[in-house]
Amino acid sequence: MGTILFELALTFYFAATIISIIEIFKGGAESSKPMLFIAGTGFLIHSASIIYRYAAAGHLPVTSMHEASSFFAWCIVLIFFFLEYRYKIGLMGSFIMPIVFIMMLSSSVLPREIRPLSPVLQSYWLGIHTFLAFLGNASFATAAGIGVMYLLQEHYLKSKHLGGLFKRLPSIQVLDEINYRLITIGFPLLTLAIITGALWAESAWGSYWRWDPKEVWSLITWFIYALVLHVRLTAGWRGKRAAVLSIIGFLTILFTFFGVNMLLKSLHAFS
Amino acid sequence: MKILVIGLNHKTADVEIRERLAFNGPKLEEGIFGLREIPEVKEVALLSTCNRVEIYSCVADSSSATENIKKFLSDFHGIQRSDFEKALYFITDSDAVRHVLRVASSLDSMVVGEPQILGQIKDTFDFALSKKTTGILLNRLMKKAISTAKRVRTETRIAENAVSISFAAVELAKKIFTDLSGKSFMLLGAGEMAELAARHLVGNGVTDVKVVNRTYERGCELAKEFNGKPVRFEDFLQELANTDIIICSTGAPTYVLYKAQMQSVLKERKHRPVFIIDISVPRNIDPEINKIDGVYLYDVDDLQGVVDTNMLERKKEAELAEKIIDEEVEKFLKWMSSLDSVPTIVALRQKAEEVKNEEFEKFKNKFPELDDEKIKAVEYLATAIINKLIHPPTVALKEDTEDRDELIAMIKKLYGINGDDNEE
Repeated sequence: MGTILFELALTFYFAATIISIIEIFKGGAESSKPMLFIAGTGFLIHSASIIYRYAAAGHLPVTSMHEASSFFAWCIVLIFFFLEYRYKIGLMGSFIMPIVFIMMLSSSVLPREIRPLSPVLQSYWLGIHTFLAFLGNASFATAAGIGVMYLLQEHYLKSKHLGGLFKRLPSIQVLDEINYRLITIGFPLLTLAIITGALWAESAWGSYWRWDPKEVWSLITWFIYALVLHVRLTAGWRGKRAAVLSIIGFLTILFTFFGVNMLLKSLHAFS
Repeated sequence: MKILVIGLNHKTADVEIRERLAFNGPKLEEGIFGLREIPEVKEVALLSTCNRVEIYSCVADSSSATENIKKFLSDFHGIQRSDFEKALYFITDSDAVRHVLRVASSLDSMVVGEPQILGQIKDTFDFALSKKTTGILLNRLMKKAISTAKRVRTETRIAENAVSISFAAVELAKKIFTDLSGKSFMLLGAGEMAELAARHLVGNGVTDVKVVNRTYERGCELAKEFNGKPVRFEDFLQELANTDIIICSTGAPTYVLYKAQMQSVLKERKHRPVFIIDISVPRNIDPEINKIDGVYLYDVDDLQGVVDTNMLERKKEAELAEKIIDEEVEKFLKWMSSLDSVPTIVALRQKAEEVKNEEFEKFKNKFPELDDEKIKAVEYLATAIINKLIHPPTVALKEDTEDRDELIAMIKKLYGINGDDNEE
């Protein structure tokens, strides 16, 4: 049952991604209804699969690489729909749905069995800490997608070749605003995730901070986004620079997420 | 009944003739009633804009109607026929339908895709309706023209691309700032093109307007026109930090704004984007400025490039639009021709009923001894026979064939149905 739901969600996201890519080549100023409908259906099925797994495991399903990638994708779709509702920008799906699909695809190839959670980790902090962290990182992921859109539109304007997607992409001001908005959402979430993580670590492992690779890389991510916000507010680093920084920030997150788990030894690794 | 379009437009007549034949103000009402007086003209509507004067009519006989309309135009406007005859075009039937649809869809306009013409067509229609000068054919044609124009606008991107330099400037500004309301704008210098672009920006909601001119008095004048404030030329650099959009056209022989200056302006405004349009030739803004992050500098050639690309795109869209027009013309013609066969079918049926009733009465009088049941049976038989007999011609009339006009005429002759008895 859980598997079927997961595969179904993957299929729907795949279809939505294909449609959103077709939309790059032909489409209107707004996201197409079929794409939104299919992505929405995928999201509901995906939610059901997460709830199902939650019930089976007894805790938020984020304790294996398979579960974590899937949950990460779910958070990105959540934010995508928030943006779609709030800003109604066509083409956004074309830049965000592929991220979702890749996340889900990597989740699908990883081992799926539910393994018992080590007793030290069994705590309500698990849900709070990871939910905050994932939602924050999902905001940053979408910010990176929007950043790519910004760079593209900026390129059109600067080079004065106004073909391609120029007519259909929104103004650079709107893209910059959304990018900034997402980072202001993601940053407090990441901050809270680190704080709750420290509190949890204290109760589980006996100390707030152990310089674990995941902790270090999260801190690096935190510093990058703190820098993005700081230079924006003090020196007015907006637009292109903000877009580039948000993409660099997302690459750091990807490394924290995949790289640390696979390359470095970490307490956070999904054993 | 034939649809006839008589008119002239910017392609066939120069402005002097268009002016003299225009139906402005009260002339429109006088004109439409005058045309209605012409005996051949059954329905009429009158379009008069600065680029065209067109008379849409339904006429019984197009050649004599044409003659009378020409005479009317000459008398009404007091112009020699030879002065305007060459500029007129006469279009009938399916070409006339196509013409009206193309005009409404702005495919025949001076600037293809410009939106005003549809409003003017609507006004023409409303006016004719209110004066009751149109009937079933023109009403349908006008409605078709409006719906086709809307279809063209939604299904093609014909009206989306700016095809003048000043509109291109507004289009670009919207891709930088989204919404121009509340943005501040500086007109640096003067000149026809710069002022036109400035007017478009103000029309799109730019509020804070600053006008800089080397001659302060001229600046004051222009500022009044745009509801802005005049700024002395020496002071314009200080104002730049609070300016989002600049249009420059000073006629200075050298640059008036250099990269280093703009860099410090950008710093001061915390890198909020600036859109600069340099219309001057030779250029007045150092082109290197475009390399600064957050500054978008377009000179006259850049804007022309934008316009050219848009023009090309419009042409492509116009081809799409023509296809839509073809479809709609087809639909309209189908409707028109069905209009002819319906009254014929009705007349045929009436004729048959008449014959039946007549013969049935005779039969009843001849055989008074028959009881009701038998009479009913006979009536049933008679009805069945006429139904069977008129079925094939009815089907033939409903069929959409090329020679239907002939068929209609032949059936009318064969069954002795009289001409226009059943036309509404």
